Amino acid sequence: MNNIVLRVRDLRVDFGAHAVIRGVSFDLCSGETLSLVGESGSGKSTLARAILRLLQPAQGSAEFLGVDLLRCPPAVLRAQRRGLQIVFQDALASLDPRMTVGESIGEPLRIFEPGLNAGARQLKVRDMLERVGLSPEMTGRYPHEFSGGQCQRIGIARAMILSPKLLICDEIVSSLDVSVQGQIVNLLLDLQDAGMAVLFISHNLAVVRHLSHRVLVMYLGKLVEIAPCDALFESPVHPYTRALLAAVPRMPHAAAAAAPAAPGELAAPDLMASGCAFRDRCPYALPVCESSDPPLLEVAPGHWAACHRSQETLNPLSFVA
Amino acid sequence: MVPTLSVDRLRISFSHRTGIIEAVDGVSFSIAPSECVGLVGESGSGKTQIFMAAMGLLDGNAQVSGSVRFEGNELLRVDGPTLNRVRGSQLTMIFQDPMTSLTPHLTVGTQLAEVMVTHLGMPWKDARSFAGRMLERVHVPEPKRRLTQYPHELSGGMRQRVMIAMSLLCEPSLVIADEPTTALDVTIQAQIIELLRAVRGEFGMALVLISHDLAVVAGLADRILVMYAGSVVENAITGELFKHPRHPYTAELLKCMPSVTGPRLDRLPTLAGQPPRPGEVLEACPFAPRCPRAADRCRVERPQLEGSSTSQVACHFPLTA
Repeated sequence: MNNIVLRVRDLRVDFGAHAVIRGVSFDLCSGETLSLVGESGSGKSTLARAILRLLQPAQGSAEFLGVDLLRCPPAVLRAQRRGLQIVFQDALASLDPRMTVGESIGEPLRIFEPGLNAGARQLKVRDMLERVGLSPEMTGRYPHEFSGGQCQRIGIARAMILSPKLLICDEIVSSLDVSVQGQIVNLLLDLQDAGMAVLFISHNLAVVRHLSHRVLVMYLGKLVEIAPCDALFESPVHPYTRALLAAVPRMPHAAAAAAPAAPGELAAPDLMASGCAFRDRCPYALPVCESSDPPLLEVAPGHWAACHRSQETLNPLSFVA
Repeated sequence: MVPTLSVDRLRISFSHRTGIIEAVDGVSFSIAPSECVGLVGESGSGKTQIFMAAMGLLDGNAQVSGSVRFEGNELLRVDGPTLNRVRGSQLTMIFQDPMTSLTPHLTVGTQLAEVMVTHLGMPWKDARSFAGRMLERVHVPEPKRRLTQYPHELSGGMRQRVMIAMSLLCEPSLVIADEPTTALDVTIQAQIIELLRAVRGEFGMALVLISHDLAVVAGLADRILVMYAGSVVENAITGELFKHPRHPYTAELLKCMPSVTGPRLDRLPTLAGQPPRPGEVLEACPFAPRCPRAADRCRVERPQLEGSSTSQVACHFPLTA
């Protein structure tokens, strides 16, 4: 997988005097699903919006198929947006209540393929509805006639109609019941096979585990760990990743988590001035964590973590807190 | 022994322009003193409405029949002053969104003290210092300063701690927690569950935990009620429910839950179909159209909840251990 669809380098976003994304870099290849996890306030959604230039980053680049989206002229950006689509958390709110779902799904075609006549457009819309598991007969209905899970499929259908190279999903299963959640996840698994790159933002680690090739963990606007999915869940290195995994509620018959949960809450911005932002919640913090910001180091092939003790935490048996 | 709460053949329906919508369809159960009961079901299953009825908080278009008794006294169809003697003091509720359940223009201290001034006739000054001590007991850091703060100055987790403190002020016999962690991050969720466990041990009250997430309920509840389409379909001791679910819906729900442990799946199991639309009158088992075990009998005769008080199932063909 070396055909890189998205290359993000040293991306920074400031809200006023606050840095909310602090130098994030990663690559995303075609056919790959990269999940973005972290608590609210960690900057996951902001990162997605910055990549799409829905807000203006302070620094860095986001190259989509070789074109830097953050610096290209508006006309170029508009043309590029055809290849990158986003689906939002609140499915009903992201559909126009006065448009039938057929009109909503067909709208991107109307904009980007004006040559297509209404009949051909209708055919594509019906085909897409079928692909997301809805009946093509439903094109004339309005969003309020659908359940939450169905609205989410309509949102995905609208994003997919132009066959984008990159799909960004911002918490798209968070508001769904478990029985419906599986259907949406399975739909995304099908789309992966079709070669699309997916940036999947979620706080639901169980869903992330079944869906992703790689996982990127953010804490207070910083990338703290990025690893292949199995490595992240089986041998997490950063204490924050461990705390996140430990906090997931388990079924009574499941094995208990080995790591301690994180006390406290997301830190105040003044902690970000120097050192590791997680240090006040970290059970393993050392004096060095206060004075210097831990660099992102490769601890195993493809597995990077930003922790001063990353070499120790890799092996939990030899590690004493 | 008088149960803390006994619900008997409770029916709640709402009149709507499209007709009468049954939200709760003849539900009966009881909760013993100091017992922790989990109430689990998907959105629309009626789990919240049961307790909105108990608290006298149903919408104006609701019709209620049956009975809800709190320590032997009927709560339905009583006047406001009678209800207010227990509501907010002996019988309290914690909601999903602690921002909207706290008053935005009053300080935390005033809101907490008001409870004791109203219910116990305590002088304001004493009530405020008592409120400060209660915040300390729910591990709110700097309780003195928090008393002077407004809800918007607190984080979501801290607000939920304030709500928990408020619910405990008059040493209640029953606290109802409706999705108390759904709006919170996973690490904060773990802290709040831990706190609920601790206060339950300390205060000895009965606790109802309403959630759509079986795993959240699993760690806390002694017994779990599973709801589907307005009815309780299974009632079982927590460990038993996870080991040997008897209702096919419970079994399917457990299968659908993705896990952070165990094997990674190529596809997530899903539950086909939809719950019945509210308002549909059902002669048959409401789960029959989605049930892998459904037989002819299930499509003509509605099963009743039967069994002992700690092991009940509403199914013609329950699973056996």
